[in-house]
Amino acid sequence: MAEEMRIVLRNYGKIDPLKIDDYIAQGGYKALEKARSMDRETLIEEVKKSKLRGRGGAGFNCGQKWSFAYQAQADQKYVVCNADEGEPGTYKDRLIMENDPHTLIEGMAICAYAIGATKGYIYCRGEYPHLVGILNTAISQAKEKGFLKDFDIEVRSGAGAYVCGEETALIESIEGKRGEPRFKPPYPPSEGLWGKPTIVNNVETFANIPVIVEKGADWYASIGVPSYPGTKVFTLTGDINNKTFFEVPTNTTIRELIYKYGGGIPGGKKFKAVQIGGTSGAFIPEELLDTPVAFDNMAAIGATLGSGAVFVLDETRDIVDVVTRIAKFFEHESCGKCAPCREGTARMYEIMSKINSGKGTTKDIETISRLGRVMSCSCLCGLGQAAPAPVLTTIQHFKADYHAKLV
Amino acid sequence: MGMVNLTIDGIKVSVPKGSTILQAAKEVGIKIPTLCYHPDQSVKANCRVCVCEVEGNRLLQAACSMPVTEGMVVKTRSPKVIEARKTILELILSNHPQECLTCARNQNCELQELAEEYSIREYAFEHKVRGLAKDTSTPSIVRDPDKCILCRRCIDACSVTQSVYALGIENRGHHAMVVPSMGKDLIDSPCVMCGQCIHACPVGAITEREQIDEFLAAVADPDKIVVTQIAPAVRLAIAEEVGMKPGEMPMDVFVAGLRQIGFDYVLHTNFTADLTIIEEGNELLKRLKEGGVLPMFTSCSPGWINFCETYYPDLLDHLSTCKSPQQMFGALVKTYWAEKMGIDPAKIYSVSIMPCTAKKYEASRPEMQDSGYRDVDLVLTTREIGRLFRMSGIDFTKLEGSSFDSWMGKYTGAAVIFGATGGVMEAALRTVYEVVTGQELKDVNFTAVRGMEGIKEAEVDLNGTVVKVAVAHGLSNARKLMDQVRAGESPYHFIEIMACPGGCIGGGGQPITKSNAQRQVRIDAIYVEDENCEIRKSHENPEVKILYDEFLHEPLGHKSHELLHTHYHPKNKKYL
Ligand SMILES: Cc1cc2nc3c(=O)[nH]c(=O)nc-3n(C[C@H](O)[C@H](O)[C@H](O)COP(=O)(O)O)c2cc1C
Ligand code: SF4
Ligand code: SF4
Ligand code: SF4
Ligand code: FES
Repeated sequence: MAEEMRIVLRNYGKIDPLKIDDYIAQGGYKALEKARSMDRETLIEEVKKSKLRGRGGAGFNCGQKWSFAYQAQADQKYVVCNADEGEPGTYKDRLIMENDPHTLIEGMAICAYAIGATKGYIYCRGEYPHLVGILNTAISQAKEKGFLKDFDIEVRSGAGAYVCGEETALIESIEGKRGEPRFKPPYPPSEGLWGKPTIVNNVETFANIPVIVEKGADWYASIGVPSYPGTKVFTLTGDINNKTFFEVPTNTTIRELIYKYGGGIPGGKKFKAVQIGGTSGAFIPEELLDTPVAFDNMAAIGATLGSGAVFVLDETRDIVDVVTRIAKFFEHESCGKCAPCREGTARMYEIMSKINSGKGTTKDIETISRLGRVMSCSCLCGLGQAAPAPVLTTIQHFKADYHAKLV
Repeated sequence: MGMVNLTIDGIKVSVPKGSTILQAAKEVGIKIPTLCYHPDQSVKANCRVCVCEVEGNRLLQAACSMPVTEGMVVKTRSPKVIEARKTILELILSNHPQECLTCARNQNCELQELAEEYSIREYAFEHKVRGLAKDTSTPSIVRDPDKCILCRRCIDACSVTQSVYALGIENRGHHAMVVPSMGKDLIDSPCVMCGQCIHACPVGAITEREQIDEFLAAVADPDKIVVTQIAPAVRLAIAEEVGMKPGEMPMDVFVAGLRQIGFDYVLHTNFTADLTIIEEGNELLKRLKEGGVLPMFTSCSPGWINFCETYYPDLLDHLSTCKSPQQMFGALVKTYWAEKMGIDPAKIYSVSIMPCTAKKYEASRPEMQDSGYRDVDLVLTTREIGRLFRMSGIDFTKLEGSSFDSWMGKYTGAAVIFGATGGVMEAALRTVYEVVTGQELKDVNFTAVRGMEGIKEAEVDLNGTVVKVAVAHGLSNARKLMDQVRAGESPYHFIEIMACPGGCIGGGGQPITKSNAQRQVRIDAIYVEDENCEIRKSHENPEVKILYDEFLHEPLGHKSHELLHTHYHPKNKKYL
């Protein structure tokens, strides 16, 4: 297996996650101390300079986001960790929290200091009940040792809705409301939880922070692709030999991920497609596999990096059938707030089922193409905007598979 | 305030900072289609038909929620925008019942209008109606969830404007629907039947319980003498139902129209509005003098009564015991009036024409039978009368006027203003002042209690006693005053509450009312009518004087108590 580069998983397997002293022995909470010795603007500038971008999918510059919340005037600000990890095939956040909860807590505490927040939440996926205990233990240990000072962190369990991973739906859910997205702007850094400036970052994003503070922005910015530096954790599933996870620099190509790290396709079968980023990710054909996994490089081929899930399909797979199942997933997960997603996801599934069962026509392909185009630019939140990507990209790259099923 | 410069469809415009694209477009005369947007509510941004292209943005932006920024370049009708809007409309229409021809909102529906404007001729999606059951559980409101397009304007009206919280959202995705917040049917919820959700609804998913057929059957029945009363707020608004401006239909033409459609006698609720002032004014004076429960609340708005019985059952003693003018009228028409006219009360079919949906419920209350019969047999809203008028084919510009029938048809300007928020208070003050001071009121206009402000207050000096009064309209405003009373911190002696924003002119039975601005136009028309009245104080109504002389004998007397006053019951909703 090829060499990884472990930043967010640096302590994986090296420490007992329930022992804070193990974490401290690895240099833990030094970065927090260092951060607190810096003035806030310098700290935020440093994070900005590292060019760390959000690992939750949207890829926004982390330091810049923090600077908005820092500049916002308010009597209360919040730091929220998005640990909803609802994306099927993704478990990178779980890996971090399970094996090194303190790195997340330290990252959040640095953020809290930077923006001037005293209250934090970790919104933890409902299907991860065992993590709540681990996180709470770690939080109370950090409190006891005096690392957190006036910063309180509360762990909240999600209710199992995929859309609650969307940051504003997550905020609504913490507020005790129906987990539905809000329209943006205003963005959370100016008006978030209970209308107050709020930073929502992904687990993996926070886990990068202590290392950046410790080793410096320049060091971090030099790793991987300059526009999206650092590492990214990928979880490999589907028709692949090594169904496991890897943390690799962002200049790694998709091909390297599949063949170098993933060990290629089992049973000597040929590669058909790979879906990266989770259920709403694009399907990528063979000819685009030399793309680096960094955010903008992926965007350039009409794909996303998303959560870092890598789902490989070999030549025997029925792509139209796979996409039909995905359409069903979105029909089920649409929150129902906005019209194009509420009605569109249902129609998308209806028409995909028709095509998949051999009753479709070219008119149907035209219709879902138009529907997908409209949803991707008109829906209220990222769920509806991204839901058509599997349909649109497979129609683009695997048209023959569709035509083979038409009446 | 800072200004922001932007370009919309090539036109330069400068608007205040914080404006949305929708507002900026309006400035330059560009109409952007909307469905979930409502001018008096918070932004929802859920229908997405208002999307526009903003240069530099891959995503289309909802014009109703997107704030303008300096140098922004907006296209409101690019091919991408048109494709999106048409597709979204197709999606919405493809599960909408295609029942325009039989819908109460035919030709008055925002969805129908957009389907027309965007030339939707067919759509690529299979037509599938959800098949949800109609909710006919209340005497006032009918919900047809199949027609619902989930804009949530009704929820906003009910929760924010009215603070009743009778409606909510259930389920997710395409199974999402608007449901009563408690229980299965609206009747199980705290709904007060104000009908504000009807005005909020862009389509026909919420309507009044239509009872036109019952009216037509009564007219067809030779044994029934069909008598009507018209509420103060109706005449101004009825004009809108036949294509005129508020107030444009003269009263005598309205009366003539009612005779045309089959009413045998046309009387006026304004008569009992004046009577209410005498009874309620005396009740207030009695409470003031004898140390009764204060502040006293007005009781003419049945939506408000429902609200008080539901949310403030501990404050029912504060409510004036006076029945609403509709019910006073109902009790008198089958006693006093029948006697005076020599008509058998058993034959009288008493129909009231109301701006209000809650009145349908009020008329059906079991205690409203003090005449020995059901006091009010049928309540028709302004909208239903509008439909009957249109059915009649009458050209109101050519119809010759007619006057009210005797004994319960005369009224004063004080009764006219009952239709607007603050009107009952102003009418009461005009009378109470003269009764207490024995002096003639120089200026009858109490302007402090007029207008669309949510809560208004005033003080009146009655021979050295300063009486403090407050007026609230819209139940969320009422709630503020009630919480004050409950906390023992209310500085007032007398409080007027109307359930509906603007008062009865904005009632749930009025022509579909899309904004508070529209309510204000009707209010303006009401005060013009008041000014034009020869008599503007209730106690000077000559027919009311005759009523006391011949029948009631004195305010708050024995007969009054029997016919004109009532009592209230806590609603005891389990979950509250
Ligand atoms: C439907 C949907 C689901 C999402 N789920 C997650 C999630 O599970 N975890 C996550 O970190 N971000 C998720 N996001 C992205 C968040 O909205 C947000 O961009 C992110 O938490 C910001 O953190 P970051 O800047 O550190 O990436 C989701 C977005 C959408 C539209
Ligand atoms: S895009 Fe879908 S999930 Fe997002 S707000 Fe609209 S209906 Fe809800
Ligand atoms: S009638 Fe009034 S109280 Fe009832 S649901 Fe509608 S707005 Fe709410
Ligand atoms: S009932 Fe009417 S107002 Fe309410 S959500 Fe449905 S369409 Fe909108
Ligand atoms: S009017 Fe803007 S989204 Fe509905």
